[in-house]
Amino acid sequence: MELIMAIVIGIIFSVTIYLFMSKNLLRVVAATLLLSHGVHLLLLTMSGLQRGASPILSFDAEAYTDPLPQALVLTAIVISFGVTAILLVMAYRTYKVHKTDDLENLRGSADE
Amino acid sequence: MSNVIILPIVVPFIIGAILILLYKRHTIQRVISGITMLALLALSVFLAIYVYQHGTIVLEVGGWEAPFGIVIVADLLSTLMVLLSTLVGTVCMFFAFQTVAQDREKQFFYPLYLFLMIGVNGSFLTGDLFNLFVFFEVMLISSYGLIVHGGTAYQLRESFKYVIINIFASALFIVAIAWIYSITGTMNMAHIAERVAELDQKGALNIVAIMLFIVFASKGALFPLYFWLPKSYYGPPAAIAALFGGLLTKVGIYAIIRTFTLIFNHDIAFMHKGVIVTIAGITMIIGILGALAQSDFKRILSYLIISQVSFMVMGLGIFTPLAIAGAVYYITHHMIVEPALFLFAGAVQKITGTTDLKKMGGLLGTHPWLTWMFFITAISLAGIPPLSGFFSKFSLILAGFQEQQYVISAVALLVGLLTLITMMKIFSHTFWGKQKHSAEQAKISVGKLLLPILPLVALTIILGFGAEPIFNYSMEVAKDILNPTNYIESVLKE
Amino acid sequence: MQKPNNMMLQTLARLIIVIVLSFSIYLLLAGHNGPGGGFIGGLMTASGILILYLSFNFKTIQAVIRFDYVKVIGIGLLFASLTGVASMLFGFPFLKHFFDYFTIPILGEVELTTAMLFDLGVYFVVLASALKIILTIAEDDK
Repeated sequence: MELIMAIVIGIIFSVTIYLFMSKNLLRVVAATLLLSHGVHLLLLTMSGLQRGASPILSFDAEAYTDPLPQALVLTAIVISFGVTAILLVMAYRTYKVHKTDDLENLRGSADE
Repeated sequence: MSNVIILPIVVPFIIGAILILLYKRHTIQRVISGITMLALLALSVFLAIYVYQHGTIVLEVGGWEAPFGIVIVADLLSTLMVLLSTLVGTVCMFFAFQTVAQDREKQFFYPLYLFLMIGVNGSFLTGDLFNLFVFFEVMLISSYGLIVHGGTAYQLRESFKYVIINIFASALFIVAIAWIYSITGTMNMAHIAERVAELDQKGALNIVAIMLFIVFASKGALFPLYFWLPKSYYGPPAAIAALFGGLLTKVGIYAIIRTFTLIFNHDIAFMHKGVIVTIAGITMIIGILGALAQSDFKRILSYLIISQVSFMVMGLGIFTPLAIAGAVYYITHHMIVEPALFLFAGAVQKITGTTDLKKMGGLLGTHPWLTWMFFITAISLAGIPPLSGFFSKFSLILAGFQEQQYVISAVALLVGLLTLITMMKIFSHTFWGKQKHSAEQAKISVGKLLLPILPLVALTIILGFGAEPIFNYSMEVAKDILNPTNYIESVLKE
Repeated sequence: MQKPNNMMLQTLARLIIVIVLSFSIYLLLAGHNGPGGGFIGGLMTASGILILYLSFNFKTIQAVIRFDYVKVIGIGLLFASLTGVASMLFGFPFLKHFFDYFTIPILGEVELTTAMLFDLGVYFVVLASALKIILTIAEDDK
């Protein structure tokens, strides 16, 4: 299972890099979204994919899962939600002010 | 008692939430946030003194015992950093009262400002690696808000790049965290330090160490990850640029110092004396060359940040008590002087309407107070005795020679000299020469703007003349962080 | 301009919105020992309200829902932070949570925790900020 996850994460990262390289503003935003997904999957996979009940005393089960990675991923998801929200608004404002979504035109001059 | 150390994080949080409710009324926002910053300053002074007298305080958040829950740790280094950051925050806020336009103030300026303080203070105080990431993000998200605040075309264009770079660095941070968790099985920094000591730092752990170094270096603007800084710090108004110049890079430097004294301190010959010293040397040279090439007030200052932060990293790399004490002293000195210089840039901009050095001159004749206050700060940054910059550089270079690190010491001396040249360049262009601003502009009074900067100028003089007690304090801090068992024992209570 | 054909959407929205909103409240309340919580509940409520904005006219809904979303964010943040501070006032560590079992008519015995209040704060913040961001862009587009 870990091997499959590793391949999946690799694919996500390669798509991310491809999108980062594109000229389109919105694609770069999509790339940051995918990047955070890939990283979250990595965090879960690195801590071991386990099966079992949630570690609460009242539950009677043979195996319990480690709750910490899940808590970490949840936090990371919430953070990436916030970052994506602010990035979307910023990308939209940039598009409105500069009247272009082509990053080539947003390069800025060299002497600045 | 231990609950007190969470207050530098919780107070701005609650006040920030209240300010969101009052977002349409800018006067009341000003009053509340001004009082809050002063209260926080008093609180952080109290904390620093209390921790100095009584030793490290640990708070287990939610009553969950370490290493299972999140811990907030206030030791000498973190309380010093909280004190400095609150000082910078207070000064910049009082400067912002006079420079930030009213309609901008209504766009959640003060809530964002206070949330930035949460992130900065939280990063200094936390004892949990993932929590450090969370506070980094709180700081960064508010900094995204502040750096585009006002939304000019230039700001939007450069901030977009700033955000993308930081998102990438944050992703790398999570990857590093995932590695550490899979190797050590814990997120508590003291516990990680213990496990790393058992496992011996080699192989995968060294990779993780480098990865964390890259993440923090990109926040602290070290070579080769400094390129984003000058462009993005040019856009926002002076109060924000000063705040960022004083705080944000220092959070990265603090994280480097914390992780590489507490956790990854088992491979000093390679990591500290090899990698870190080399990077510090290159960053110094690149930063100062960038500053020499520029002819814009704010851009010179931005490049100077890059060359200045590497002095602190150099202290960490040399890794003796004297060097670390020098680095701590340097952080103190820099967090006072750099924001002051940015605020002077703001004051000059208010008079002349530009930050281009070629378009200004002769301010000495019309604004003597501004000129002489700037002069003191500038020569302090350049390291002229008896101001604070001299003693911080002196101890670092002395430690370098003691440890036979001749190359980095020579580079540091050279960079100190070149810093003086950049400062003189600003001084001669802006304050000497023919008056280039009009008679009306000469009448603009900046007395009110200089008032918030005055404490910073006074402090750099005090830090210079009263160097001995403050240096002794830095030595205490250095001994404390060079002896990680102290930190580990107070967190894990063994 | 051609009038959009949204009759079916409007009819179905009335049905969908009931399901979405009630499920989101369930998620909010379930999220202590089971999957759910303030974040996911808030997002789901936001999506429910967005269906309303989509299917009916923007102005119609704006006239019905008269919250200032910014203030809802502030209230949510206050809820979350004050829950943490409340335990400090009684001398416990910051964010310490307490729970007990109560018997409530109709529902029977339920577990109530102070963490619920924190979650409620998160719910408000997520709901309001998601809606605010989407509506800001939507309004600006006209």
